[in-house]
Amino acid sequence: MLEKTYDAVVIGCGAAGMAAALAVRAGGRTVAMVDRENFLGGILMQCIHNGFGIQEFGADLTGPEFAERLISKVLTSGIDVYLNATVLDISGEKPSLVVTACAKAHGVMRLGCRAVVLAMGCRERNRGNVAIAGTRPAGIFTAGLAQRLMNIDGYLPGRRVVMIGSGDIGLIMARRLTLVGAQVLAVVEIMPYPSGLARNISQCLNDFSIPLYISHVVSRITGRDRVDGVEVTPLVDGAPDYAKTFRLDCDTVLLSVGLIPENELSRKAGVPLADDTGGPSVDANLMSASPGIFACGNVLHVHDLVDYVAEEARRCGEAVNRYLSGENVRQFRLIAGANVRSVTPNFYAPQQENVLYLRSLIVKNDAVLSLQIGGVEFKKRKLPHVQPSEMIRLNLRPADFPALSDDAENCLEVAIR
Amino acid sequence: MFDVAIIGAGVTGAAIARRLSSFKLSVALLERRTDVSFGVSKANSGIIHAGFHHNPSTLKARLEVQGNFLFDRLKAELGFPFRRVGILVVAFSPEELKTVEALYMIGIANRVPQIEIVGRERILSLEPKLNGDVVGGLWAPTGGIVEPYRLVFALVENARANGVSLFTDWSVAAARRADDRWLLVSEKGETHEARRVVNAAGLYADEVSGIFGAEEFHIIPRKGEEFLLDKNAAGFPSHVIFPVPARNSKGVLVIPTVEGTMMVGPTAVEIEEKDDTGTTPENLDRVFSLAARMVPGISKRDIITSFAGLRPTLPGDDFFIDLSRKAPGLVQVAGIQSPGLTAAPAIAEYVKELLQKDGLDLTEKPDFVPTVGHSPKVVEMNFAELDELARRERAFAHIVCRCESVSEAEVVEAIHKGHISLDGIKFYTRAGMGRCQGGFCTYRILSIIARETGLPVEAITKRGKGSELVVGRIGEAPLTAQAAAGGATAPEGSGG
Amino acid sequence: MRELVCIVCPIGCRLTIEMKAEGEISVTGNRCPKGDAYGREEMLAPKRVVTAVVRTDSRAFPYIPVRTDKPLPRELIPGLIGDLAQRLVHLPAVCGTVLIEDYRGSGVNVVTTRSLPPAGIPQTGGPGQKAEAEDRITSP
Repeated sequence: MLEKTYDAVVIGCGAAGMAAALAVRAGGRTVAMVDRENFLGGILMQCIHNGFGIQEFGADLTGPEFAERLISKVLTSGIDVYLNATVLDISGEKPSLVVTACAKAHGVMRLGCRAVVLAMGCRERNRGNVAIAGTRPAGIFTAGLAQRLMNIDGYLPGRRVVMIGSGDIGLIMARRLTLVGAQVLAVVEIMPYPSGLARNISQCLNDFSIPLYISHVVSRITGRDRVDGVEVTPLVDGAPDYAKTFRLDCDTVLLSVGLIPENELSRKAGVPLADDTGGPSVDANLMSASPGIFACGNVLHVHDLVDYVAEEARRCGEAVNRYLSGENVRQFRLIAGANVRSVTPNFYAPQQENVLYLRSLIVKNDAVLSLQIGGVEFKKRKLPHVQPSEMIRLNLRPADFPALSDDAENCLEVAIR
Repeated sequence: MFDVAIIGAGVTGAAIARRLSSFKLSVALLERRTDVSFGVSKANSGIIHAGFHHNPSTLKARLEVQGNFLFDRLKAELGFPFRRVGILVVAFSPEELKTVEALYMIGIANRVPQIEIVGRERILSLEPKLNGDVVGGLWAPTGGIVEPYRLVFALVENARANGVSLFTDWSVAAARRADDRWLLVSEKGETHEARRVVNAAGLYADEVSGIFGAEEFHIIPRKGEEFLLDKNAAGFPSHVIFPVPARNSKGVLVIPTVEGTMMVGPTAVEIEEKDDTGTTPENLDRVFSLAARMVPGISKRDIITSFAGLRPTLPGDDFFIDLSRKAPGLVQVAGIQSPGLTAAPAIAEYVKELLQKDGLDLTEKPDFVPTVGHSPKVVEMNFAELDELARRERAFAHIVCRCESVSEAEVVEAIHKGHISLDGIKFYTRAGMGRCQGGFCTYRILSIIARETGLPVEAITKRGKGSELVVGRIGEAPLTAQAAAGGATAPEGSGG
Repeated sequence: MRELVCIVCPIGCRLTIEMKAEGEISVTGNRCPKGDAYGREEMLAPKRVVTAVVRTDSRAFPYIPVRTDKPLPRELIPGLIGDLAQRLVHLPAVCGTVLIEDYRGSGVNVVTTRSLPPAGIPQTGGPGQKAEAEDRITSP
C-alpha cells in the first residue's frame, strides 16, 4: 500500500484538474493529482479540432494544444501526478480527508490531505437514458466514445452514420467522420433549432452537404447483430407524427444527446448534489457542503467552453489556498429565479469577486438579466440572445453590491426577463 | 463419440450438463451462438419463483417448487449471486384479493412453504414503498432473485471442470441415425456422434425436433420487454412485487435485482420472428404506469437501459419434457418459459431420470467436484484485501470499468474462460452494465481482448460474428464523394 | 449575394457578402476585421483549418493529432487527408513540430499538436510510474 500526505489531492487531470492543481501549487502547497488514463489532459486529448482557447490564451487552439499549455506547467511544478490510477473512495472528516485509489504500479493508495478538488468531468447520456426503441445491435455509440475510438485508438466506428443530436460534439464528429471516409447521412435534432454553434453548422454540415433534420427524432433502431437502419419521425407540435416516419439505411448510430456530471464518487462520499445541475452544491468558494471538498469544471456543471472551465478551476484552486490558510468570508444564498434553469455557485460573497455561471430556460432575443436581493433589483444586464445551450457568465465585484446588513437573509435571485 | 449430446446452453441445457457431469459419462454441450446464455436465457428477469402461479396438475408446477428448493444448495456449491428476498402479490380491490386467495390455494396445493395471505397493515409493514391503496396480498418468503448469466456461467464452468465438452458457434443442421447412435452435423459441416441427445434448444426446439424426425410442435415466441433502472432510483422495493396476474402472463413486476439495480417489466406479446428482440415506445408508458401503480416513486427518468427477451411458448403452456416416442434416444425439453429458470435444477433431475429410464447407465464419479472456485471481485473486497491481492496479481489494481468497479484481472479471467465477445465479458464481469453503459470501458476492454486473444480489434464482436464493433482502422477508407465535395462550395442551410 | 456564418470565432456573425461591379466585394454583418477577411476569402478562395491524426510507432500512443497551422485551400483538403494516412511519426514528438512544410506550395504547414514520449515509456510527471513492456511497433 502506498501512503502519502498532501495539502490537496485533485481528482482528474483534465482541464479543470490541471488548472486547479496549478493554482493550489502556486500557493506553495503540496499537491497530488490522480487520473485513470495513461496521459494528462482528460477529454481534451481526443478533441483534436480547433476552436479552443480564445478567451484563455488569445489563440485558436486544438484541444490537445490547449491541454499542452497546462501539461507543461504541471510537469514542471513539483506536483505529484498518479496516472493509470482510479479513485475508489473519499472519506474522513475535516481536517483529515483520505482519498483512496488503486493503480497497477502501487496497489492500493491512501492519500491523506486537507482538501480534495473534484474534477472528474462528465459522462455522456446514452441510448438507454433516452429510451429509443428497437433492437440492440453493435454499431450504436455515444459521440464521445466514437471520438475516442477514432482519435486516440484509430478505429473507424462505421461507414454509414446517422447522428442523433445537433450539439457541437455531434457536429464536430459529423465532420470528422466525413473526413476519414465515412458517410454521414443525417443529423437528427429533436428541438426546432440546432443546439450547436452556427459556425459548426456551417463548417461541419454545410461544407459537406450533410442534411440536418430539426424537430425530428430517431424513433427506432433496426438491425439484428449490427445496425442496419433507423426510423426517423418528424415532430408536429412536439409530438411524433408516426405516419410520416421515413427510414435511413445505415450501419452506425451516434448519440450526442447530452452530458451528465460524473458524481458517483461525490455521492458515495456524502457530498450533497444540486438537482438542477447534477453536480455538488457549492458555496462562493466552490466548496461543497462537505468541508474541504471542492468541485470545478464539468463535474460541477456542464460547461460549453473549456476556457471557462480553466478559469473556474483556477479560482477554485485559489479558494483552496484561502481555505487551507483558515480564511473565511461572509456568504449568502444565490438562487435561480424566473427563466433561469440553474446558477452556480449556490452562494455569493459580497466581499470578494464572484463569477456566476447560469443557464437560461428559454430562447429569447433582447433579454435582460436581472439580479435582486430581498426583492430589490440592484443590477441588470442586456443579453442580445439567450438559449439553454449557451452558458451565461457574469462577474460580480464587491463594488457591484448594494449595502447589505449582516443579519438579513440577503438571498440573491437571478432571473431572465 | 459422446454418451449424451445436449443441444442448447441456456439455463436448461447448462443445468442438465452439470447434473450429468457427476456421472461417468462423456457429455457434449452444443451451443449455436458465440457464448452460453446468449439465447432465451440472455434476457431473464432473474426471479426464483415460489410456486403459486401454476396449477398442480402441470409438470411445471411440480418442477418449479422442487427447483426453488434446490437453489440454496446450488448457490452454496456454485457461488452465483442469489437472495431469497421474498415475493409479494399485491391487491388493490376486493376482486383482486379474491384472485390472490386463489393463488394462495394453488400455493398450498403445490406445497409451497411459508406462504401466507396478508392484510393491509402487514403488507405495508413488509413493504413500505407500496401504494397506500393496497388492500392486502400474498407473501411468499421463499421467492428470490438471482443473476441469471452468472448462474448459467457457473453451471457451465462446473460442468466443464467435471469433463463436459462445450462447443460454441455450433448449430445443429442435420442428424442421422446409425445403429445405436446419432450423427450430428453442424451448419459449418462439423460432426459429432452421440448415443443420446437432449433437445434443450429453447426458441429452436421445434426446428431441432424436426431435424431428428421427432414430434411436431410449434414454438411461439413471446416477447417481453424489461427496463433497467438506476441503483439510486427512488421507490426501490425490498421484495419482488407482483400484480394480480393477467391471462397469459404474471404481469408487470417490480424487481429489486441482486446486483442492486431495479427492473420493471416484463410485458408479454406474441410475435413471429424468433430474432425480434426489439423494444417499442408504446410499451414504455404502459409498463411504467402499471409499475408506478404498485410502487409510486418509480419514474422513467431513472431508466438506464431497456431490453427485450423472447420466451419459447407451446400451446397449452406447460413444459414438454419427455422421451421422444418417434426418435430413439432423444429427450425433448421444450416450451421452457417461466418458471424455467426456477425449475432448471429440477428439470435436470427429471431429464437424468428419463435418460436412465431409456437405458443410460449412470455410475457416480468419485472425483466429481461440485464447487467452483471463488473468483475474486474487486467490488466485493475491502481495501486491505485488494492491496493484498494486488501484490500477487497487479491487474486487480487496474480498474477497467469504473461504474461497476471491475478490474483488468477479472476481464482477463473472463476472456480465458472463453468469453471473448463484449456481451460475454459484460455478463461475466458486469463491465459495461453500469451507469455509463460502456462509454468509458469499451475501448479498454477492446484492447484487453486484442492483447489476450491476438484478435485484431476489427474482429472483436458484441455478441458473435456479424456484430463486430469497429469496421476498420482510419486512414484505410478512401474519401467519399461527399468529403471530396467538401472542396466545392455548398449552399447554406439544408435538410429539415 | 450570399449569406453565410463566419467561422473564425464562436460568436458566428451572420455575414452578407455582395459581389459588386468591377469585382468589388462588400461584407456586412461582421463584428470585427477578421470577419471581413473571412467573408472575402470565402467568396474568392475558401480555406479551412484541417485537423487529423497520424499513425505513430508506439503502442501506448498509436496516433498523434496534427493540424494545419493556417487555413488550407479547400480543394487541397482531400489530398492532405490521403497523404497523412500514409505517414508514420516516430516518437518522441513535441507539440508544434512541423510534420509537413509548405504543403503543396500553399504556404500552410502541418504541425503536431501533442507532445508524446518515446515508444516504450508512458507519459508521467510523478512518482513510481513503471514503464509497460515493449511498446514500440516496428512495422508500419
